[in-house]
Amino acid sequence: MRMIYGDSIVSTVAKLCITANYKLRTDVKQSLKIAGRREKGLAKYALKTILENIDIAAKEHIPICQDTGMAVVFLEIGQDLQVKGNLIEAVQEGVRIGYKNGYLRSSVIDEPLGERRNTGDNTPAIIHTNITAGDKLKIAILPKGFGSENASALQMFKPTDSMKKIENFIIETVRKYGPNACPPLIIGVGIGGTFEKCAELAKKSLTRQIGKLNKDLNSRKLEKRLLKKINSLGIGPAGLGGKTTALAVNIETYPTHIAGLPIAINISCWALRQAQAVI
Amino acid sequence: MRKIKLPLEDKVLNSLKIGEIVLLNGIIYTARDAAHKRMIKKLPFDIRGQVIYYAGPTPAPPGRVIGSCGPTTSARMDIYTPLLLKMGLKGMIGKGNRSSDVIKATKKYKAIYFVAIGGAGALLSKKIKSAKIIAYRNLGPEAIYKLEVEDFPVIVGIDSFGKNIFKKSSGRVYSAF
Repeated sequence: MRMIYGDSIVSTVAKLCITANYKLRTDVKQSLKIAGRREKGLAKYALKTILENIDIAAKEHIPICQDTGMAVVFLEIGQDLQVKGNLIEAVQEGVRIGYKNGYLRSSVIDEPLGERRNTGDNTPAIIHTNITAGDKLKIAILPKGFGSENASALQMFKPTDSMKKIENFIIETVRKYGPNACPPLIIGVGIGGTFEKCAELAKKSLTRQIGKLNKDLNSRKLEKRLLKKINSLGIGPAGLGGKTTALAVNIETYPTHIAGLPIAINISCWALRQAQAVI
Repeated sequence: MRKIKLPLEDKVLNSLKIGEIVLLNGIIYTARDAAHKRMIKKLPFDIRGQVIYYAGPTPAPPGRVIGSCGPTTSARMDIYTPLLLKMGLKGMIGKGNRSSDVIKATKKYKAIYFVAIGGAGALLSKKIKSAKIIAYRNLGPEAIYKLEVEDFPVIVGIDSFGKNIFKKSSGRVYSAF
């Protein structure tokens, strides 16, 4: 059985936290560039500023955004892999070190309803684990800013609810909260599963590259339709008006119960940051 | 692009119209959620005529004045803003739309709301020439910083006549964060 040590997890996670916050995903950057070509006026100005910002961040080593997020970590753990040490604690330590050494902001507070004291090291991170085949550990980190996280929503629909009702829920969520969530947005949608599963699906869907087609044909059609409708809202880059309110709608589905149809929307700002590695 | 000197002179303030891109020069103060909660009980600095920037920067690495420093969502401060405007605050910088109460108060007290491009923290940090924590140090990134800015780019979002750019772009005004 293959064995890896906690130390290598700590250093990998630390590095990923830093990389993700300084260097934007290339597919997102490319998509922003294309959007810039079709906009004019303030929308064009906003996109130009955003693209300049991405370059400054990478070249001069300044975090893309001051909200360096709550670290969302996806772990895919090969079932034939043995971890020496405490896996979860190693990830937390990696976040702690990465945020400190990378001069990233500590944005996590302890008791949500209490004193709301800053924990000072951006931990705890949110860790999702999944057991897969093989003997590797795949780590993906999404530092998630809360300007867009706050714009997210979940609703339990009935199986008999119309498609129109579901689409309206998604579009209305973007209409209401979109201007504040740093558009152009990437809209993650989770459909099916249980209450918590569909929220996780929505988050996970953000990891799909922009332009990479959904394997499920129905989802692909719905993504296309929703993107068109969302971009006709006119919110535009930075909410200042324009054609580009969203860069993509990404849908993930999962089987669900005969009585239910959970739908979750997890919105990402244009600064969709992500970095991953395989150990 | 017009260069605007801070503090804002009435004449200049009244000449600003929604959608205009301007470059701010002078002093601004950061304050976000936790600072606002404290400020309304006891003001840590004289806000009369001043501009507040809704922001919480990343730590400054060695050799830099400040870290990444872009705007946060303004709407979360909406419940405090009318009172601060009444107390003499003249300007706000943030991202996103504002509540109808804030729009009304902005008009009533002849103030202005500037929009900075959300997420552009790296670019905006380069327009900050000095930074000093003046209150609530224990709040970490939520402390109040006094910033000296040079050609800090913003867009007029709500002008002193109560005109609102977001009404134009999305057709509706929402009181949501």
